[in-house]
Formats: sequence, C-alpha cells, structure tokens
Amino acid sequence: MVKGVQFVDITDAGDPVELAGRYAAEGADEICFLDITASHEGRGTLLEIVHRTAATVNVPLTVGGGVASVEDMRRVLRAGADKVAVNSAAVERPELLGECAEAFGRQCVVLAIDARSTGEGGWEVWTHGGRRPTGVDAVSWAAEGARRGAGEILLTSMDKDGTRSGYDVELLRAVRDAVRVPIIASGGAGDTDDMVEALASGEADAVLAASIFHHRTYTVGEVKQRLAAAGVAVREDSGIRWP
Amino acid sequence: MSTIAIIDHGAGNLVSVVNALTQIGEQPIVVTEPDQLGGVDGIVLPGVGATSPAMRQLSATGLDASLRSWDGPLLGICVGLQLLFDTSDEDGQPCLGLIGGIVEELDAATLPHMGWNDVRHKGDPLFAGIPSGEPFYFVHSYAPVPDIGDEIIATATHGDVFVAAARSGNRVGVQFHPERSGPAGLHLLANFAASVAQGRRVA
Repeated sequence: MVKGVQFVDITDAGDPVELAGRYAAEGADEICFLDITASHEGRGTLLEIVHRTAATVNVPLTVGGGVASVEDMRRVLRAGADKVAVNSAAVERPELLGECAEAFGRQCVVLAIDARSTGEGGWEVWTHGGRRPTGVDAVSWAAEGARRGAGEILLTSMDKDGTRSGYDVELLRAVRDAVRVPIIASGGAGDTDDMVEALASGEADAVLAASIFHHRTYTVGEVKQRLAAAGVAVREDSGIRWP
Repeated sequence: MSTIAIIDHGAGNLVSVVNALTQIGEQPIVVTEPDQLGGVDGIVLPGVGATSPAMRQLSATGLDASLRSWDGPLLGICVGLQLLFDTSDEDGQPCLGLIGGIVEELDAATLPHMGWNDVRHKGDPLFAGIPSGEPFYFVHSYAPVPDIGDEIIATATHGDVFVAAARSGNRVGVQFHPERSGPAGLHLLANFAASVAQGRRVA
C-alpha cells in the first residue's frame, strides 16, 4: 500500500497541514512528517502542525525528526501522532528503542535508517540527516532495532534518494531477510515502476514517496491507479464518503 | 444529545478516538473512574499495546467492574476488543470475560500485522452502508477466537483468516482502528453512535 509523504520545512510554500489533508483525501494510506530541521525552536511549531493535522486527517500519522527520548516521543504522541520515528538517537543509544516500546508499545515505534552502500556489498548507517557515517552495518542494525522494540523499519537508501532512478532493491531484500517487522521503502522513487519493483522484487511492505507528490508528477490517486494496473494490491477508493 | 464515554486506561493515544468522534458530531467525554460514567449512553473502549497493562489499570480504578456490569452499547477497539474476551495468550491474564473465547497470536510471517486490510462482514448493523471487503487499518499481533461462531461478525486475512470484529448483544468490538481508517472508519463510528442514540438493544 502506498504512503504519502511530507517533508516539513516551514519556510517552503504550501501549508503542511493542508497538504497532508489533500493527500489523505486523495487516498494516501498514511502520512509521514519528517522534520528535517529538527531544531529546538522548530519543535513547538512541529507539534502544533501535528496537532492540527491529526484533528483532520483520518489515516495513520507518523512523525519523526530529532526525537531523542521517551519524553520527546510522549509529546509527539500526545499531539496526535500514531507512530513516531527515531533515527540518530537510537543509533547513539539503542536502549531508547526498548524504552519507547515499553512505554508505548512497539507499534508506535518506527526505526528510521539512512543507509549508504559501502561499495563492498554492504551498507553503512549514516545519522544526523545523512551527514555522519557511523561504521555500523545497516542490515545488522535493522535486525537489532527490530529485536529491541521497533515495530516498523523506515529504510532510506542515501545512494538512491533524490535520484528518481528507483529504490535500492538489494538493500530492501537484505533487510527483508533479516527482520520480521514491516519495512517501508524510501529513497529513489521516480516513477510508479520503481514502486512496483520495490514492493515486488524488494519485498517491501510499503513505499514512501515525496518528490513525486510535491512536484505534482502524479497525484496519490494516479499513483495508486498505476500500481493497481501493474497488479499491486492497493487500497482503492470505494466511494465511501463522510459525511 | 447522547453521551459517549471513552475509557482512558493509560494504554495509548486517546487523541485519535476523541478527534474521530468529534468529527462525526459527537461530544465524547474521557473517563478514568467509575463515578464519571453516570448518565453515559455508550462506551468506547480503545487500546493499543497489550491487554495486561490495560487490565491492571482497569482493575486498579474499578472500571473493570463497571464495564462488566454495563449493558448499554459498548465498542471495543483493537486491544479494547481483546479485553472483552476471557483471557489473552500473551500472558494468560484474565480479561473482562464479556465474550467467550481466548485471544491468540496471529499465524503469519510478518508481525505485527500493520497496515490496511480488507474486512469481510455479513451485514451486522455496525457495518451498515459499508461494503464487505472494505479496507480498514490494522496494527496488532493478536486476535480473538470467539467460542461461539455466530459472535464473529467480520474477518480478514493476514497469513491465516482471523476475526476482525465480534459481537455479543450490545457488546461489539473491532480489531482494526476505525479512527484511523479514513471515511469508512468514520462511517462505522457513526453507525455505533447511531446505536447509542437509539438506545438500541440488539438481540
């Protein structure tokens, strides 16, 4: 099933709350807010955006960016998020995953992993917005993360991100073989063929895309129609409306 | 205007449920103690995580007794559905025992079962106006197995077929999250709200 994605940059044109509402109405199965600035000043604004979005969007909402403690996660959940993504903080202190799973249940905990190919057949985890290499093997980290309490893995290929040349299918398969939790593929979507490949060959459970939607290459509805035509099981618009 | 109470037993995010009921025109109240249930016409029992922490909290506040003696419309959501049953295999602890059966782990390769999935039903009033096969959003690793087949009102498939909704009289529960299932979910919540407004007793 397709997720709609939103990168929150409040200096950008476009109200994130309105965009999230539009994508949800167009059929996005889930909405993801990733705060790329993740600064302390930005935090209050993000929570306000989450609060307003959760009040109007009736599909699952995942929020991430700078979450470093159980208290951070509690605040984001209270604002209305259904799931919270952790990345750098979990690499620095893996116990955080267990603490969050213990406090809120693993279904609320998404482990976001940014992975870059080492050139030797493996992938390395990078943190802090993809600026810091860690020397940690991405596949092992995914397995450890799932063991420690992550209910889902949001796996971003840094090599492919922004290239619109397809997701990293090898990376997806390697992580698929190592974990039992759902995997969301991210990074590289240029066309719906890429999504089909990630879901089929890559065995991803979901695909996340941003540029395709923000640049209006396709609407969410068009993406789903194209995926359905390619044989992917998608949640289609059955015509139910509320009210 | 009828009053729907949402039980807060500390397990998970109430915000979505409050938001969804508000969107369909209800004015729900959040309840943490039995005293607050006076004058309530319907109850929603939400829940995420596991049954044990929820049962501990319900016992500590006395809400378990309130729920057992409540005979008006009651809607359990996710763990709330599981709480309606006798026990959960997760740790064997007793639940509310309002519907006969045990909660068991799903038989599937990927757990938890997280995502949208088609729900098949046979016309229970809770699903009025919603086609059978309509997708709803699930996030769980366990599901109930009712003793009485007729008490199964909806199923879905993840690995194996599992019970997606069950009913015994006025007590009904859904394994999925209607508050996170788009318009179809709101429609289902509205159906429940309608049963509360009518003070309906289902045979």
